[in-house]
Amino acid sequence: MVALFGGFHLADNQAAETGGIIELALNLFRDMAEANDSAAFGPALLGGIFERFADLGELVRHWLSALGELTLFSLRTVGWLFRRRPGRGTLIPNFYEIGVLSLPVVALTGTFIGMVLAVQSYAQFRVLGLETRLGAIINMSLVRELGPVLAATMLAGRVGSKIAAELGTMRVTEQIDALETMGASPLHHLVVPRFLGCLILIPSLTVMADFMGIAGGFFYSVVILGIDRGHYLANAEAFVGLYDVFTGLAKSVFFGGAIALISCFRGFHCDPGAEGVGRAATQAFVYSFVTILIIDLFLGILLDAIYAAIWGSAPVLL
Amino acid sequence: MSQEDLHIEESDVASNHSALIEVDWLHINFGRQEILREIKLSIPRGQTLVVIGESGCGKTVLLKSIIGLVCPSEGHVRYDGRDLAKLTDAEMTRLRQNFGFVFQNAALFDSLTIGQNIAFPIKQHHLAPQDEIRDIVRKLLAEVGLSEDVAGKKPAQLSGGMRKRVGLARALAMDPEVILYDEPTTGLDPIMTDVIAELILRTKENEQITSVVVTHDMHAARKVADRIVMLYPLARVEENEEQVIFDGTPQELDACRDERVRQFVEGRAGERLTELSVKQQSETG
Repeated sequence: MVALFGGFHLADNQAAETGGIIELALNLFRDMAEANDSAAFGPALLGGIFERFADLGELVRHWLSALGELTLFSLRTVGWLFRRRPGRGTLIPNFYEIGVLSLPVVALTGTFIGMVLAVQSYAQFRVLGLETRLGAIINMSLVRELGPVLAATMLAGRVGSKIAAELGTMRVTEQIDALETMGASPLHHLVVPRFLGCLILIPSLTVMADFMGIAGGFFYSVVILGIDRGHYLANAEAFVGLYDVFTGLAKSVFFGGAIALISCFRGFHCDPGAEGVGRAATQAFVYSFVTILIIDLFLGILLDAIYAAIWGSAPVLL
Repeated sequence: MSQEDLHIEESDVASNHSALIEVDWLHINFGRQEILREIKLSIPRGQTLVVIGESGCGKTVLLKSIIGLVCPSEGHVRYDGRDLAKLTDAEMTRLRQNFGFVFQNAALFDSLTIGQNIAFPIKQHHLAPQDEIRDIVRKLLAEVGLSEDVAGKKPAQLSGGMRKRVGLARALAMDPEVILYDEPTTGLDPIMTDVIAELILRTKENEQITSVVVTHDMHAARKVADRIVMLYPLARVEENEEQVIFDGTPQELDACRDERVRQFVEGRAGERLTELSVKQQSETG
């Protein structure tokens, strides 16, 4: 297995970022166009189509094998998590990098998202005379969706690509091999601390994004737009419950785990050379981000179903 | 049957019982590309085996397969009679404590200082109490001819030759039975090349270590080898031919009349030059 989702390399290296399926479809159309021009229209076209389907099959096979390897990698990482406690020397620097250094950027983006929400929803709600409900809308969107997704996105961009580049360089310069030859597990030394860091610290980053977003939304709505402060806060309190905050935090833990595992896996399977490391870093972010959104959808559905099963339907905002 | 063939068979029979490392019918493929084919090699305890061959012939892959970093596609690698492929993770970890590996570019951990790099395997396996580690590091640095001041520096602050020596010191830290050297002299000046060759020789004399040295540096190879094996790139080997085209002592290497061996030992471009001009012609044409 050369690269995560290595099937992309079948069609064309350039296609790696845009997606192999699109590339395959384009090739198919090109074949059809060429076949159309030539005399032997039928056989050439059919041959082209079969060839592309074979490529598609190969692509799917590569995807599945990559997914299988990622799953094994994750299970072995979790195995190491319980087998031997990582040392403070490896934990603290990773926690600092993942948590402390990510805090400012998460806080900043959180504030702006809160304010943007106020700007975008104000006009519509005002028409209905419901502008005081902005408190509920902004805070609900933040704690359930935007806070966790934003924190995870920043983490994937800032930490995920760094992890992939760092481990990729270690792979290319044989430092990972060196660890193995000394009877030290690269999973224990390199992956577990990063995995724990992302898993434990992403809820704090989410809380920060939530808090700053709420503060930003409040500031813009009350100070700039002049919405009544008392009503704004009362609405926020009435509609946003503890379960909403819990939903966001629960999702964020999964996001953090996915970012760490995907980025570490991508770094471990880095292609040689500067280009390989660069691609690993980019793909770590892209795959983490896509995974975050997929997890977000399914966990969102699941957590809502749990809420409905326990407390019945959620309060109506409007 | 030629003299070399006879020699291979004799050494096999003789070493089957006393071999510390045994490579048996080893095939290694990377995807569809075949790197090693039908390699048979027995390395007795205490021997220094030098594997020579041009770049890309699979020397490093062979070396990495001996310590289980690369898994065989077919065949077996045995250490002291135990098949590496059948070991569990924990058994493999224990087994690797018998090995030291000197990497081509030293592969020092660049986030750690030199001292921490050398101490790493000792701490990892709790081989010495905490307060003795500093003395051990100092002793190991002295063994490879480096001063104590180096211990506080980061790998990036050191020259290539110094990094290689630190790599050797780190490999020695676990007191290994076997040391594997991957191109230990590549990229070094002639003086440093000789220093490293001398260090390999001393290490062997002092500690009765079994060594496998992968190199294409004939000076170093002649200096340290008890036995030399030459690998030939698979792309240039006929279907029914062996990939190991020479196996014998340095003296036998000098006496060997095989044109491919002579070409490598004497460093002649030979037919590669004509290949080069054909390529150029086809490019310009």
